[in-house]
Amino acid sequence: MSGHINDTEITDALVAEHGLTPDEFKMVCDHMERIPNYTELGVFSVMWSEHCSYKSSRKWLKKLPIDGPQVIQGPGENAGVIDIGDGDAAVFKMESHNHPSFIEPYQGAATGVGGIMRDVFTMGARPVANLNALRFGQPDHAKTRHLVAGVVSGIGGYGNCMGVPTVGGEINFDPSYNGNILVNAMCVGVARTDKIFYAAATGIGSPVVYVGSKTGRDGIHGATMASAEFDDASEEKRPTVQVGDPFTEKLLLEACQELMASDAIIGIQDMGAAGLTSSSVEMADKGGVGILLNLDKVPCRETHMTGYEMLLSESQERMLMVLKPGREPEAEAIFSRWGLDFAVIGELTDTGRMVVNHEGQTIADMPLAPLADGAPEYDRPHVPTPQAADFDMALLADAPDMADALTALMASSEVASRRWVYEQYDSMVMGDTLAGPGGDAALVRVHGTQKALAISTDVNPRYCFADPVEGGKQAVAEAYRNISATGATPLAITNCLNFGNPERPEIMGQFVGCLEGMGGAGRALDFPVVSGNVSLYNETNGTGILPTPAIGGVGLLKQLDKAIGNRFTAEGQTIYLLGDTAGHLGASLYQRDVLGNDSIFAPPTVNLAAEAAHGALVREAIDKGLIAAAHDISDGGLAVALAEMAIGHTIGAEITAQGDAGFWFGEDQARYVLAVTADNAMAFEALADGLPLHKIGTTTGAELKFGDTVTISVKQLHDLNEGWFPALMQG
Amino acid sequence: MQASVIVFPGSNCDRDVAVCVEAAMGTAPLMAWHGDATLPKSDLIVLPGGFSYGDYLRCGSMAANSPIMREVVAQAEKGAAVLGICNGFQVLTECGLLPGVLMQNKGLNFVCRNTRLKVSNNKTAFTAQYADGEEIIVPVAHNEGNYFANDDTLKQLQDEDRIAFTYAEGDNPNGACLDIAGICDKAGRIVGMMPHPERRAETALGGEDGKRMFTGIVEALS
Repeated sequence: MSGHINDTEITDALVAEHGLTPDEFKMVCDHMERIPNYTELGVFSVMWSEHCSYKSSRKWLKKLPIDGPQVIQGPGENAGVIDIGDGDAAVFKMESHNHPSFIEPYQGAATGVGGIMRDVFTMGARPVANLNALRFGQPDHAKTRHLVAGVVSGIGGYGNCMGVPTVGGEINFDPSYNGNILVNAMCVGVARTDKIFYAAATGIGSPVVYVGSKTGRDGIHGATMASAEFDDASEEKRPTVQVGDPFTEKLLLEACQELMASDAIIGIQDMGAAGLTSSSVEMADKGGVGILLNLDKVPCRETHMTGYEMLLSESQERMLMVLKPGREPEAEAIFSRWGLDFAVIGELTDTGRMVVNHEGQTIADMPLAPLADGAPEYDRPHVPTPQAADFDMALLADAPDMADALTALMASSEVASRRWVYEQYDSMVMGDTLAGPGGDAALVRVHGTQKALAISTDVNPRYCFADPVEGGKQAVAEAYRNISATGATPLAITNCLNFGNPERPEIMGQFVGCLEGMGGAGRALDFPVVSGNVSLYNETNGTGILPTPAIGGVGLLKQLDKAIGNRFTAEGQTIYLLGDTAGHLGASLYQRDVLGNDSIFAPPTVNLAAEAAHGALVREAIDKGLIAAAHDISDGGLAVALAEMAIGHTIGAEITAQGDAGFWFGEDQARYVLAVTADNAMAFEALADGLPLHKIGTTTGAELKFGDTVTISVKQLHDLNEGWFPALMQG
Repeated sequence: MQASVIVFPGSNCDRDVAVCVEAAMGTAPLMAWHGDATLPKSDLIVLPGGFSYGDYLRCGSMAANSPIMREVVAQAEKGAAVLGICNGFQVLTECGLLPGVLMQNKGLNFVCRNTRLKVSNNKTAFTAQYADGEEIIVPVAHNEGNYFANDDTLKQLQDEDRIAFTYAEGDNPNGACLDIAGICDKAGRIVGMMPHPERRAETALGGEDGKRMFTGIVEALS
């Protein structure tokens, strides 16, 4: 055959285009014992991309705590799995779709949501909740509105059609994301512990089966794109963004669930980043076998696709399975009933190699082990982030008064109500959403039981930038607090580590610092990491994002009728502040949005022993029915927490505590605001004996009164809080 | 009594509504497949919410032409009670069992939130357990819920008392004509509505206002 793509000469320029360094290419040649052909180069390039190989991050990821009696499956599979009792398991993961979402926000975000759901249902779980951690540039940046509208619409477009509720998440705005937005999608599913499916493929001769959508040319080299910085020409990368089809994924979900009810499946893996290549390499490598693929059998959407294109396509809604021999007919019957493609495209071999045939030729023949695990592990140079100075109290000299500061914060980009966003998400489908968006953590009932999962996503990138170690700790601690505030017990986390270019030592220093903090907090709070994702090179023209290691926490509430919310529920309740307040304003929202100051000051330190003790008290008190409402204190400090509790049901409060700006707006950690009815106050105080518990006021009326001097209408705070987002989007 | 929930490819509220029907009836409904040409004789047929056929053509139009719908229409004409919720309402208008059309929301975005509804007609087979004019809270979740019909049809609906639910004043989420949230046929046995009563049928989910749709029809048919 003349003009075959594999006849292309492998030049240095072609190697560089594939994102491999000269040293890496030499390693490839050593593994191959010859120069790879064009197709093989493409396969190595995606498997060894940062996105697939974690080559810059692996060394540090290994230091995270990943064990615990609750852990059934830690990192390394499609998603993490934890035990939630009664033979049930929660299966979850968070993943980034940053680069595609900046280039094409609707499809980028949609396929991010679709991809993370496939990771979860590949494991045998039914997805029951989606969350999204989103970061955009400054609100008035020329692209921000377009990106917000597109991303939100894409998330809704996919999740709503799938019939999986989107129950929570977070959104931040910061100029560092002007050229690199972050779209981190989390999915939580529920499975039976004895029906978890893994990727490992075993059994020489077992059929390799392709199911789902047809393969097109979309998304080729998406994983490589996600492993490079952006520049001004990044718009040209639009063709590498995949296009989502949630309807097909819904059918794929139902068909997989139906087949999974049988015992026909040996291994299953979704085709995500690097598509057919990574799914077949991972399955065969994990099973310690070889794989033979016949691309003539791959269902294609377009004509004249080369083997190279089929192997690297990131077309969505596809799965690869290894079935028990002879079970193909029953599997095919299920998939064709759901109107999906089903094709036997290969078989397992004992060669330890991946051999790919197409149109009568062997177009690739590669050893599997180096593809899967042979990418170099880099110990990139890293310099610790310099110790930031303490907050400069002199900045408070001309600070606005308390009322003005509070109203400004309630209408700030970080605190403002996200209603405009979450009303575009179906948060209630499946009929198990007990608490949707707007609470500290979302609560989703495990279908048919009296227990619920509490789920929250958290990180404060300002803290991580000023002090990566404390910031990394704080992200884990805040997820722990948000889950505890509902009454649930925190069980495990997933993470999505978004950073700039790891080849710059100061960025690598942020990464190392954040992971150190995260690991310490995970160990101290018995909150291990069971899955995750790393997204590096979030840079444009050499400017990186704030370090953003997003945490997705999952907890269990054993009796759902014990759950409480974060709004005042009635007048006459005693308001307590749990935790010590030093008045820490460094890296606070008050510093940024009230003082308008962007100097780097040290963020609050995290006392993990206090986090554990305070969390335990809150959970025990909720379990005993002593608490009416609980709210974690975070952005904007105590005053904002009180205002948020008030605006929910328009119930005001008289606050008798007194303090300065640091007291009201400081972001000291390990703190909660708790509302307790009069008849429970004594019992609660007794339970809290020995912990820093302060009575600070009483719920009453329709105003927030701070001492005798400051009175603000709750309705005014509500309206300010609700008004910001719609005003932004109307432009 | 026999109840059936029709499952189209892309239906995603089929389980949710089946849970409510079972709670009201004591036995699980039949989950009927869109591709089947026959449907066991059913006293109650529910067309659930979701994105049948991806909503890639006009919402509900593909489902309206699926084999099972010939059976649904035939049984409806013989007096079976039919409830179409959200996408199911769109299917009912597409197959001609109910008049009008559901257009894209006026605000151009998908909207999911609780809405206050007024029970405009408590004499249908589904609404007898509500007081006339009662205000209830039921959530919506749709992108195409903007009910539209020509003036003659709207007048006919009013004259024949066929508006089952309206959004309470100031709470119309989609721009629907006359604030219409749900309508019925002349006999009051076929009801289509955009709000999801199955999502508010137990206190754990915030309230039970939707539950009486299901207990009401079971009482009427038993």
